[in-house]
Amino acid sequence: MSIEFRKELFADERDDGLNEIGKPKLRQDIEGHVTGRTAYYDDHLLDGLLHMRCVRSPHHHARVRSIDTSEAERMKGVRRVVHADDVPHNLNTLLSLIGFGKDDEQLLSNPIVRYRGEPVLAIVADTEAIARAGCAAIRVDWEVLPHVLDVEEAIAPGAPSVNPAYPDNTFTYEPYDHVKLRFGDVQSGFAQADHIVEAEYEMSPIEQAPIETCGAIAAPETADRYVCHTGTQALFFSLGTTAKLLDLPSSRLHFIGGTVGGGFGGKVDSITEPMAVLGAMLTGRPVKFQWDREEEMQVGAPRGAERWRIKDGVTSDGRILARQFTGFFDAGAYTRLSSYAGHKGTGHLPGPYTIPNVASNVFCVYTNRTPATAMRGFGVTGVDFAIECHMDRVAEAVGIDPISLRILNAYRDGDMKAHRRVAKNCALVESCQVVAGKAGWGLSTDDMAANSLVGSSAERAAIPETALDDEGKAGERRAGRATTADPVPGTRRLPAGTHGDAKEAIPVQRPDMQILAERVGHKIPEPAAATAVTPQKVATPTPTPPSTPTMPPAMAPSSHVAAPLPKPTAATTAAEPAKPAPYKPEKPFSQGVNRPGVSRFLSGSRRR
Amino acid sequence: MIEVHTFSQAAEAARTPGHILGGGTLLMRQVNYAPQTIEKLIRVTDPELQEIRADSTGIRIGAGVTMASIINHPDLSVLAPVARAIGAPALRNMATVGGNLFAPHPYGDLAVALLALDAFVIWSDGREEDMETFFQGRERTRGMVTHVVVPRVQSGQLRFRKVSRTRPKGISVMSIAVYLPGGSLSGRGARIAFGAMGPTPLRAKAAEAALENGAMDASGVAAACSVCGHGLAPQDDALASAWYRNEVAPVHLRRCLEGET
Amino acid sequence: MAKRPISFTLNGTETGIFVNEGQNLLEALRREAGDLSPKFGCGQGTCGACTILIDGAPHLGCLTLAEAAQGRSIETTSGLADGPDLHPLQRAFMEGFAAQCGFCTSGMLMAAKALLVTNPHPTRDEVIEAISGNLCRCTGYEPIVDAILDAAIRLQGRVA
Ligand SMILES: Cc1cc2nc3c(=O)[nH]c(=O)nc-3n(C[C@H](O)[C@H](O)[C@H](O)COP(=O)(O)OP(=O)(O)OC[C@H]3O[C@@H](n4cnc5c(N)ncnc54)[C@H](O)[C@@H]3O)c2cc1C
Ligand code: FES
Ligand code: FES
Repeated sequence: MSIEFRKELFADERDDGLNEIGKPKLRQDIEGHVTGRTAYYDDHLLDGLLHMRCVRSPHHHARVRSIDTSEAERMKGVRRVVHADDVPHNLNTLLSLIGFGKDDEQLLSNPIVRYRGEPVLAIVADTEAIARAGCAAIRVDWEVLPHVLDVEEAIAPGAPSVNPAYPDNTFTYEPYDHVKLRFGDVQSGFAQADHIVEAEYEMSPIEQAPIETCGAIAAPETADRYVCHTGTQALFFSLGTTAKLLDLPSSRLHFIGGTVGGGFGGKVDSITEPMAVLGAMLTGRPVKFQWDREEEMQVGAPRGAERWRIKDGVTSDGRILARQFTGFFDAGAYTRLSSYAGHKGTGHLPGPYTIPNVASNVFCVYTNRTPATAMRGFGVTGVDFAIECHMDRVAEAVGIDPISLRILNAYRDGDMKAHRRVAKNCALVESCQVVAGKAGWGLSTDDMAANSLVGSSAERAAIPETALDDEGKAGERRAGRATTADPVPGTRRLPAGTHGDAKEAIPVQRPDMQILAERVGHKIPEPAAATAVTPQKVATPTPTPPSTPTMPPAMAPSSHVAAPLPKPTAATTAAEPAKPAPYKPEKPFSQGVNRPGVSRFLSGSRRR
Repeated sequence: MIEVHTFSQAAEAARTPGHILGGGTLLMRQVNYAPQTIEKLIRVTDPELQEIRADSTGIRIGAGVTMASIINHPDLSVLAPVARAIGAPALRNMATVGGNLFAPHPYGDLAVALLALDAFVIWSDGREEDMETFFQGRERTRGMVTHVVVPRVQSGQLRFRKVSRTRPKGISVMSIAVYLPGGSLSGRGARIAFGAMGPTPLRAKAAEAALENGAMDASGVAAACSVCGHGLAPQDDALASAWYRNEVAPVHLRRCLEGET
Repeated sequence: MAKRPISFTLNGTETGIFVNEGQNLLEALRREAGDLSPKFGCGQGTCGACTILIDGAPHLGCLTLAEAAQGRSIETTSGLADGPDLHPLQRAFMEGFAAQCGFCTSGMLMAAKALLVTNPHPTRDEVIEAISGNLCRCTGYEPIVDAILDAAIRLQGRVA
């Protein structure tokens, strides 16, 4: 496979005198790969290694009435039965490390399980075979509860409530149960349009399916620490999560990783690391917690299912005047990273097209499916699929060439995007032209002459007057007070030209961490750029602050004080043989980061 | 695990709950994933298990013969394309004929061809059983199969088609084997067998009868295909639903009869 | 639990280990013999990461009973290089970007080696067939197929 550079495009924006970029180079890790010497997490031989496996729910939603562990505990080679109350701080949400969202998930769940495959108990044994046999010998008395597996059924009044931290089955983006994007007035856009094109698109969950399954090996180390070899994609994230769940200062954890046997987003959830470290704490021995292939597929968090409804208003010559979205991210039973998908997906709308009126409602919905997480292009892949299918549908409805339709509507440098930021470094037009050429697809001379730098105007660069509504406050939908999930007509107006709130980024620590355009090979054009039509070529030379993630107040650390989940009560029958006392740390958490506004489980000095 | 050296020892060992180990491609999955369900593994080392021998009744294939050995054996060129359709190279070096006979849905592609060819199995106590009877009793019998005897057939008399989602190395949505005594559709006495269309490989008797009694042309083929689902009992699995399997079976049977692979 | 001794040749070296009842060869090679080059990806024969050569022919380590390896000759990726000199397959994989995460690589190399020993001039389709039991989630397979064809050329006049 060869890479082709189109250096004639945007030549004056780039420095081509770079020594490494654009030149072939051997991967630095490749010799290890071809000799079999690369050490993945499982490639560490530790004496006395024990194996940990979980007892998992066979139901989508159920309550544990009782657990009988007696037979397993009598088995030769079973070292420890790990109960939910052995987890020192058994409640977490992944993004709590950056202060986003409420703690909503237990490491071992008890007494309620909310998806099929959710772990309730673990067994640590001398061999994997004994651990499996031990798990098979555990008797759980389940009370099956009603479940919901479809996003729109889940937000209907009366649906079973999945996650007690979000009883309405929607993540709360204060104050709404969805992310709202409003730009212009789609209703007036629809009224002016010659065609209305509506359709619904769906994407099923997709498993990342790395060839190396998720796992970790932990062992007691010197200096009162635990070492943990892990396949995580997010080493310090996993370390922080482990510190929190096990109520350990992060300084007592020595994480070794970074060599990942394929991740694709599926190895950020930090479940195997706290499990393995907990096993090592409880047994004083090295413990491996490794998913088998079945677990990887069943409980490994996939890219979540998505459903998108798109409604376009189009003129007969192909200008899209209004576009409305209703989007659902299926988070599964717990938040993990799906809350962030709602924002990321919204930031991506309406696709790479300049559309003067845009409205979208994007929901992050809880269902009794396997929790979803990141996967390549997370938050935008499903909606891109929907948008591009829809573009073809629009082209067909209007009767114009589908590539031509894209070139006609594509962002030009200087256009205002629906989330009120200026489009820059646009290249869709050029990409369309190259693709058409490659595919032998004829384009008109106008289309071939189009240019991303040309075509913006004062009108396209402006923020229009915007229709706003207050439909869909958290809780209203479940109470039957929200009529539709789709954006409703506006009830008030926001004057034209209103920008969003300016966001302050955390200042960089040291001046040399400042990203300077010239240091990354990006040339900054003169203010009055090449063309006379002057696309507002805003290659913002302001490095501070780097563009901030648009985080609503919901993400502010202050809002993460949640109503705690009902305290897990271990409903364990069969008092014989006596259950080992639940693990309690000797000293409560004392070390680690302890600064106002900063998660105490963060390690490192980045946020100093 | 216990290791035994002769067939009679194997028969003895198989009297109590245990599993005869062939190539292990299915059994070792179970050992890895659910070791607590395996009481014992019986490994038989009798070299006769690996032998392929031609005699007056046909070709005797030891139950321990692998798919790779079938592919490489000059007397078994008729079965070679079937063996080649199973798994990938490493798997074919391991998977045995004996194991294929016991492979549950959707596996058992070779067994489908053996059913169409009217092969018979020999048990370790010397008992012989035709394939249909064998499959009817398969889930209930315990013991060891030592050989399969395949009648001598010419190339062209067996047509085989495996339908899978990926190629090479897909698991069967269905497999079809047709034995045509005359080497073409113009003869009588055809036998049609389907795999992955029921709990075991099954004969499509209605289709055979339609072919037998119908015109020897496209209309005869169409008539046979239209009734091929009678007597089959496909199930839903991750590869295809029972409904889908039923819908496409006639299409694939027609293609198989017409010689498409 | 009773451990049983077995012995075999591993990459040319006489090796003896103790194995558990029912233990598979992949685990035995990794944990007991300390050869970590074959990988665990599924334990059910579907991924091929555990591919090793037994008496020259590719086998799946995860589905081979360890005790059945008694007296056999086993080859793995750790024995592929000739001392410090990498095997042409290894060179071709390196230079052709045929590995990203590298987790499938060891199994791919073994499947490829088995092919080139029996068929030094494979066609593209034969290469695809030879690695059809080996899954790769990173590369999209094309660079791997190219690298194996490239190695066949580099090997011309030599024995794989
Ligand atoms: C990745 C993969 C792909 C596969 N693809 C295919 C495919 O395409 N087509 C297909 O048909 N199959 C396929 N299989 C299934 C399987 O590999 C084959 O069916 C194979 O022939 C089974 O033989 P074995 O020797 O490995 O059986 P084993 O696993 O050793 O045994 C299977 C069963 O048969 C019993 N058994 C074995 N030998 C005897 C005997 N002599 N007497 C009595 N009982 C016996 C065992 O006790 C066990 O219950 C695949 C398997 C895997 C893992
Ligand atoms: S681990 Fe053996 S094939 Fe996947
Ligand atoms: S390189 Fe990652 S799976 Fe092949």
